[in-house]
Amino acid sequence: MAALTASATEAPAPGVLRKPAVRKLGVLLLLAAVLVPFAVSRWGSGAWPGALTVDLSGPLGTASDWIVDNRDSHPLFLYFLGHVSNVVVIAVRAVYLALLAVGWAGVTAVAALTAWRVAGIRPALGTAAAFLACGLLGMWVPTMQTLALMVVAVAASVVVGALLGLGAGLSDRVHRGLRPVLDTMQVLPAFAYLLPVVLVFGIGVPAAVLATVVYAAPPMARLTALGLRGADKEVLEAVESLGTTARQRLLTARIPLARKELLLGLNQTIMMALSMAVIASVIGAGGLGDRVYQALASVDVGAALAAGIPIVLLAVVLDRVTGAAGARLGDAPAPHARLLGVCALAAAVVVAAAGRIAGRLEWPESWVVGIAEPVNRAVDWMTAHLYSGVPVVGGTADWAGRFTTWVLDPLRDGLQWLPWWSVLLIVAALAWLIGTWRTALTAVLAMAAIGVLGVWGPSLDTLSQVLAAVSVTLVIGFALGIAAARSDRVERLLRPVLDVFQTMPQFVYLIPVVALFGVGRAPAVAAAVVYALPAVVRITAQGLRQVDPAALESARSLGATGAQQLRQVQLPLARPALLLAVNQGVVLVLAVVIIGGLVGGGALGYDVVFGLAQGDLATGLVAGAAIDCLGLMLDRVTQPTGRRATKGA
Amino acid sequence: MRIRTMPAVAAGCALLLLTGCGAADMTKQSSPFANARGARTVTLSVQSWVGAQANVAVAQYLLEHELGYRVDTVQVDEVPAWDALSQGRVDAILEDWGHPEQEQRYVEDKKTIVGGGDLGVTGHIGWFVPTYFAKRHPDVTNWKNLNKYADQFRTPESGGKGQLLDGSPSYVTNDKALVKNLKLDYSVVFAGSEAAQITQIQQFAKEKKPFLTYWYTPQWLSEQVPMTEVKLPPYKEGCDADPDKVACAYPHTPLQKYLNADFARGGGKAAELLRNFEWTTEDQNEVSLMIAEQKLSPDEAAKKWVDSHRSVWEKWLP
Repeated sequence: MAALTASATEAPAPGVLRKPAVRKLGVLLLLAAVLVPFAVSRWGSGAWPGALTVDLSGPLGTASDWIVDNRDSHPLFLYFLGHVSNVVVIAVRAVYLALLAVGWAGVTAVAALTAWRVAGIRPALGTAAAFLACGLLGMWVPTMQTLALMVVAVAASVVVGALLGLGAGLSDRVHRGLRPVLDTMQVLPAFAYLLPVVLVFGIGVPAAVLATVVYAAPPMARLTALGLRGADKEVLEAVESLGTTARQRLLTARIPLARKELLLGLNQTIMMALSMAVIASVIGAGGLGDRVYQALASVDVGAALAAGIPIVLLAVVLDRVTGAAGARLGDAPAPHARLLGVCALAAAVVVAAAGRIAGRLEWPESWVVGIAEPVNRAVDWMTAHLYSGVPVVGGTADWAGRFTTWVLDPLRDGLQWLPWWSVLLIVAALAWLIGTWRTALTAVLAMAAIGVLGVWGPSLDTLSQVLAAVSVTLVIGFALGIAAARSDRVERLLRPVLDVFQTMPQFVYLIPVVALFGVGRAPAVAAAVVYALPAVVRITAQGLRQVDPAALESARSLGATGAQQLRQVQLPLARPALLLAVNQGVVLVLAVVIIGGLVGGGALGYDVVFGLAQGDLATGLVAGAAIDCLGLMLDRVTQPTGRRATKGA
Repeated sequence: MRIRTMPAVAAGCALLLLTGCGAADMTKQSSPFANARGARTVTLSVQSWVGAQANVAVAQYLLEHELGYRVDTVQVDEVPAWDALSQGRVDAILEDWGHPEQEQRYVEDKKTIVGGGDLGVTGHIGWFVPTYFAKRHPDVTNWKNLNKYADQFRTPESGGKGQLLDGSPSYVTNDKALVKNLKLDYSVVFAGSEAAQITQIQQFAKEKKPFLTYWYTPQWLSEQVPMTEVKLPPYKEGCDADPDKVACAYPHTPLQKYLNADFARGGGKAAELLRNFEWTTEDQNEVSLMIAEQKLSPDEAAKKWVDSHRSVWEKWLP
């Protein structure tokens, strides 16, 4: 199969590749020729016609008022949502109090020993170091708050995700129904999830936890389904022939066989939950994200960093531990495993008890290292020397200004100048060329929905930022990816950097970019590029490395130079990987460009922030829906059909 | 299998009956992080600007050291803070710039929030240019001349027009309407957060560049970057009633405190102290400057101020 597609893409045979493309374009042109004159004569050209928009602000405003007025009296709230909210509060509180009761020494010991048992000695040391660092930075209590919120959110996500995944894994109908929903949820930016929950639950921890669950459950569901469906048919048949019931088969064969996927799902769920738990500080989640948010408000980069580092440490530790646990699955259990586990438990209990007896539950204040001041001095120095007036290359502010004037402005104005029907046509053409008529239809409908919602202008503004950021990301990402694929040393150098950048929650990126690029769309784009880069580099490098060595060998034997090999063999053969890199890049960039509303990115991101800040949920919800549509459209336009075939499983 | 699931189902139903039958009013649920370890806790809302941080820092210091409370702070934007206050997730807002709509809903209609009296500080919103620019071009301080200077205020972000820098989306602003109704050749650029706005102003000031910004007093940055207000058409009662037709300056607002109704009733000494809390613009600025410019932690700044102003705060103690 691989060889087949390879030869198809590798050969510059117009006969194979061009024909369907030409046919598709022909059909589109024909459609356009019929429909466009009609549409133009009816609604005019230019921006999205006003006659085709639906103004939702009235009904949405009424709905929001109704909820606020009835939140303390309507049965729906009293007997259902109130309990949901209550359970969340009680659960988070229980975990939080437990963490405080165990004390800092106890928590560190329990975490490290757990990491040791499931993942090995190195992750355990890392875990201990990370927790101690959180304390040293003076962030012990916020870290515990975030951890408490995370524990509850992850537990709920795993239960919800696993149940959905179980349904989809066992029943084809559920799977068919669920897959488009999960696919869609995966491309939606985290920010868009905040508003609906705030609308119902108001600002606070319950809303934050629920937004986190909605955001983090899909990967668990997806991977559970994947694992159950991917189980080896022969093993299942063998088990069946033993006369087992369906339930026994599930418990003894299918679920154990899917362990790897289940753990991977857990890993992804944890990472997404952490990222969301931090963003949710905008809606009152408290904890570390709140500290970052507060520090951002007083431009205290040092304090923001002091709260940002624990987030990153938590992310890296959780990622490594669950990752290593996944990798160790299937290894034979070490001798005395149970005995060691009991010992570890006992040791943790001893440490916690010692902490209690010593009366040292809270992190001692004298052990706090203030990093805010030196960091702020460093940042001041950086901004003073890099921001502007650097000879020859110009300062970062000059770059940002030039980028805005020469790239972002023309792009935005160009997009907004395009007649609405031509935008739809372009979307349709791109999506159809790369995918099927179904994906094209979805993309066009999503784009049209944006117009109908009445946010055509701001959406194209956001789109222009996304396009600019994606192009920068791809240029840098492909360059780095090629370098990493060709040289082991470069890859070794890059890997830890990429690891850290990939696990960092989106929120943390906002801090340094404001200091360097000022306010506006440029810093939003910069943050997006930094966030999306690791994934693009990694996928590119992997794709290039997986190219069949035999093909390379034969090229080399024909006397091709390094550059020729790369251009004529490696890149064409790695095309699916490159397309996937583009797709991932687009989705990730969109997520951060939206958060860029907090640093002056304007457009849809600003509308969401505005909606949250002013309690004007109509504006926010409409913008949120437009973001969803934009994400959907961008995903479909860049999604090669191959992805569905391989990922569908 | 049927038989084995029965007890589970029964247990689930029982649990549901136990917990699920009573009404659960989510507007009466406090933060899960409050009152940890049996301490009496007060939750204060900190708004994002430093003046508000100063109020909270001093109140927190006094509550903790004089009255033995534990204080939690939450950062919430202004309008959602009203909602949180009404739900009791926050016990008090110490500095409110005037939200008539929310006041009507929560104080008058639902009675979940009660007024807490004056903060003692008068706030004012306006358009400002840096003083170094106003000295060179004295006529810029009248809005009628603003169009003359539009090209000097131009930035890449504002396109062909002058830039009027606005801050956080949560702040009270009529600027878009003002620009339109006063026929000014400007475009409003929203920084998206006050942090971003301050960074931008500081960068402009470092290079002595001209800029026009939405700003307010009291604000610590005005000490660091002296700014002069641009005169807008004078404020008259009710001239800002229709948000689309506003063509007048912003009012001077005596800043208010608000307390959650239950907290005001049952909050004991803490509620008393917060109700009595009243200081001056100078006091607030002193603390703000320590926080924002000398980069003291709010707690240290509050301690410094409290140590040197005993006569002011002694009157607040119940």
